Amino acid sequence: MEEGYVTEDGRKIGGVVMEMKNITLRFGGVVAIKDISFDIRQGEIRAIIGPNGAGKSSMLNVISGFYVPQEGQVLYQGKPRPQMRPYEVARQGIARTFQNIALFEGMSVLDNVMTGRLNYMKTGLFSQALWKGKAEKEETENREVVEKVIDFLEIQHIRKTPVARLPYGLKKRVELARALAAEPSLLLLDEPMAGMNVEEKEDMSRFILDVNDEFGTTIALIEHDMGVVMDLSDRVVVMDYGKKIGDGTPDEVRNNQDVIDAYLGVAHD
Amino acid sequence: MAQTQSGAAGLQSLSALLERNATEFADQPAYREKEFGIWQCWTWAETAKEIEALALGLINLGVQEGDFIAIIGRNRPYLYWSMVAAQSVGAIPVPVYNDSAAEELAYVLDHCGARYVIAEDQEQVDKVLEIQDQLHDLKHMIYLDPRGMRKYDHHTLHQYSHVQEQGRAAYDEWITDLKERRGKLTYDSTCVMLYTSGTTGKPKGVVLSNRNVVESAKNSADFDGLTRSEDILSYLPMAWVGDFIFSIGQAYWCGFCVNCPESQDTMMTDLREIGPTYFFAPPRVFEGQLTSVMIRMEDAGAMKRKMFHHFLAHAKKVGGDILDGKPVGLMDRLKYKLGDILVYGPLKDTLGYGRIRVGYTAGEAIGPEIFDFYRSLGINLKQLYGQTEATVFITVQPDGEVRADTVGVPAPDVEIRIDDNGEIHYRSPGVFVEYYKNAESTASTKDAEGWVATGDAGFIESDSGHLRIIDRAKDVGKMASGAMFAPKYVENKLKFYPDILEAVLFGNGKDRCVAFINIDLTAVGNWAERNNIAYASYQELAGHPRVLESIRQHVEEVNKSVAADEMLSGCQVHRFVVLHKELDADDGEMTRTRKVRRRIVEEKFNDIITALYDGSEKISTTTEVTYEDGRKGAISATLTIVDAKVVPVTTQQVAAE
Repeated sequence: MEEGYVTEDGRKIGGVVMEMKNITLRFGGVVAIKDISFDIRQGEIRAIIGPNGAGKSSMLNVISGFYVPQEGQVLYQGKPRPQMRPYEVARQGIARTFQNIALFEGMSVLDNVMTGRLNYMKTGLFSQALWKGKAEKEETENREVVEKVIDFLEIQHIRKTPVARLPYGLKKRVELARALAAEPSLLLLDEPMAGMNVEEKEDMSRFILDVNDEFGTTIALIEHDMGVVMDLSDRVVVMDYGKKIGDGTPDEVRNNQDVIDAYLGVAHD
Repeated sequence: MAQTQSGAAGLQSLSALLERNATEFADQPAYREKEFGIWQCWTWAETAKEIEALALGLINLGVQEGDFIAIIGRNRPYLYWSMVAAQSVGAIPVPVYNDSAAEELAYVLDHCGARYVIAEDQEQVDKVLEIQDQLHDLKHMIYLDPRGMRKYDHHTLHQYSHVQEQGRAAYDEWITDLKERRGKLTYDSTCVMLYTSGTTGKPKGVVLSNRNVVESAKNSADFDGLTRSEDILSYLPMAWVGDFIFSIGQAYWCGFCVNCPESQDTMMTDLREIGPTYFFAPPRVFEGQLTSVMIRMEDAGAMKRKMFHHFLAHAKKVGGDILDGKPVGLMDRLKYKLGDILVYGPLKDTLGYGRIRVGYTAGEAIGPEIFDFYRSLGINLKQLYGQTEATVFITVQPDGEVRADTVGVPAPDVEIRIDDNGEIHYRSPGVFVEYYKNAESTASTKDAEGWVATGDAGFIESDSGHLRIIDRAKDVGKMASGAMFAPKYVENKLKFYPDILEAVLFGNGKDRCVAFINIDLTAVGNWAERNNIAYASYQELAGHPRVLESIRQHVEEVNKSVAADEMLSGCQVHRFVVLHKELDADDGEMTRTRKVRRRIVEEKFNDIITALYDGSEKISTTTEVTYEDGRKGAISATLTIVDAKVVPVTTQQVAAE
């Protein structure tokens, strides 16, 4: 599989962007992730699913570099990742959203999305405060990118609204906007549809597909809702009790006996 | 100006007008659209270039003279250009309501045999693809927004900008053809075909000629002294004749600027930013704004609220007279000035009416209280009466002669006649050519001398010469007692209450009237919040005893005011029910321009009407609903029927004529 593959709908998937090699993650005596290996390829939508407590979020945190596994290796673009600070991760072109929304509640949508551009702002505090010359030009350029994202996610009408006043579904969209404003090459979504109604889920699915289609962004997402995952993803990793029990296309996974057991339950002896 | 001699000056088509504007007002803004947070602007010269490129692209794509090109989307400069480009290649533009469900779309596209479709985005393209099997004439589709469309089969699907690029590339090949086709356009060529939404039956395609459009635009622009320095905000459906006349007809005739909002939801913000000088809206928009102002004032501090109500009361007293130039005492004038600084001015700015010179409301009768509210603030809001078949204008209110209860005097060049049954007929240069492929309807609407029956009942006031509309001719009826039944009159009174969104009155042929009420979720929801009333859904809120109680009070107040009108005192509401769902165009209960389809509502909710008359206290019912994507579902509810006090009517018994 070195050269990638072609999806059912004809998209070309490239080489490996990120590779997990025999990852094991422990918190004291608790083993959250046990010897898991899989890869994420250029341009694909890769889902990690599993029942509650399967270790999905821990896995995403390993991918993002927030947790460092005790064993195994994470290779990003062929290079092993050292322990990194969040801003270093962001500079590598990785952006993420959170399961429980982490926005600046008192700030407007626009300002929140602008924070996604922080890595592209080079001028100092002083010149930004004066807002002269370079700082002004820089803000204009970054604002242009942000406006494209706002247009893309159809949130023009709440541009100036403080985030705290928005309903949940829109907050999720704003969070996605902030992640997109960073123009990531790898986008990590932690339960993007959690707590949404059907219509909001449909909207969000459409946006995720559009992001992938329009910008070619590689997307790794964790999701509970099986229906959504199967519709969206190109390949799915299934976890249960910290172990990988399935990996493949949605169809392959759907017919995997271990996966069925994990979801529907099976008598434990 | 050379504008006065339209025909003689050769300005007999949109492309001729465009050419004039591109030469004479080359650097003036023609279109603005807010995109990416900024108002993007095109001058007339740029517009002419864009339209030319598209027109060449259309020829390149094989568009023939006489082809129909359907245009589906919200108000965007590109889509307005499409209409002009279509016309300039001899094709006929057919704007379609962008919120039409697939079946409605299928009917229209099939009826006109559209060969080409220009759609705004993926959503619209998907809708057309879904019904493609039923459309045998469809050849190519052009879309504006490429988002999400990369994977579509592009054999017959083209991106708007690519069509333009191909047009530019093929300039040398096609420019002579384009000029030749433009040259062939006369005053009698078809300018546009618009489908009437129709409160009854299938939509009809109204064919309007260049003469209809240009003459109507010219006359109405002269009437209100419109100039090329106007700014308008185009947000009403492009498929509606009003938008076509304002955003294309008048805009091209006068050469003023058309501003398009960023998205449907940003309309109010955009309105404030543009501050149009000439504005057009159906009563619904004014009602909605008034409701939201009132709600926000309820939430304001006591001081502000007091000031607001105090000055508003003063405006109500003298504002209208000041606007009409009638004599008003000095003290009152001074106080009004102060009010303007403290309340009216800021309020107008917030609403986006700070610069307005002329505002029109049409489409439906506006509640007198709403109308007077805006006039009292100094906004020159006027009424006009029109139809698609008349290219809008039948009657208009001249400045200084504005009243809430009339629709004005005949527009320039319009003749009016009331027939024996009270139905209004008119004849004007704006009278439509025909209903497309429907000679029968054409003949029954327009007679050999060019008189058109409006279907509305009304009379001309002898002293002022103004036309007064009573109701749709077929809606006006008689009650069992012989008293006149004119539902609109009562419904409009009910709808003035901010918490009532829609009302439907029944009682034709019966001994008493009953009504359906739709609550306004924004207003009632806000009220519920302030009164700590918890609710989970529209349905639950609509059935809440305290909501019913407050609606009952409104109904009783309306009954009192209806009882005061001699002719219509029989129309008091005896019993009513608050409906469990909003009447919706997707369910066929309203037209796309949001007029109630009385017959359909009557049929659909027949069980509720029966219950209203047979004295039962509750009624359980199940209603089919259609979701935006066309799927169907059902909601069931048990509705409480409420009795309202009526004022006894003693003297009246209008003799049947």
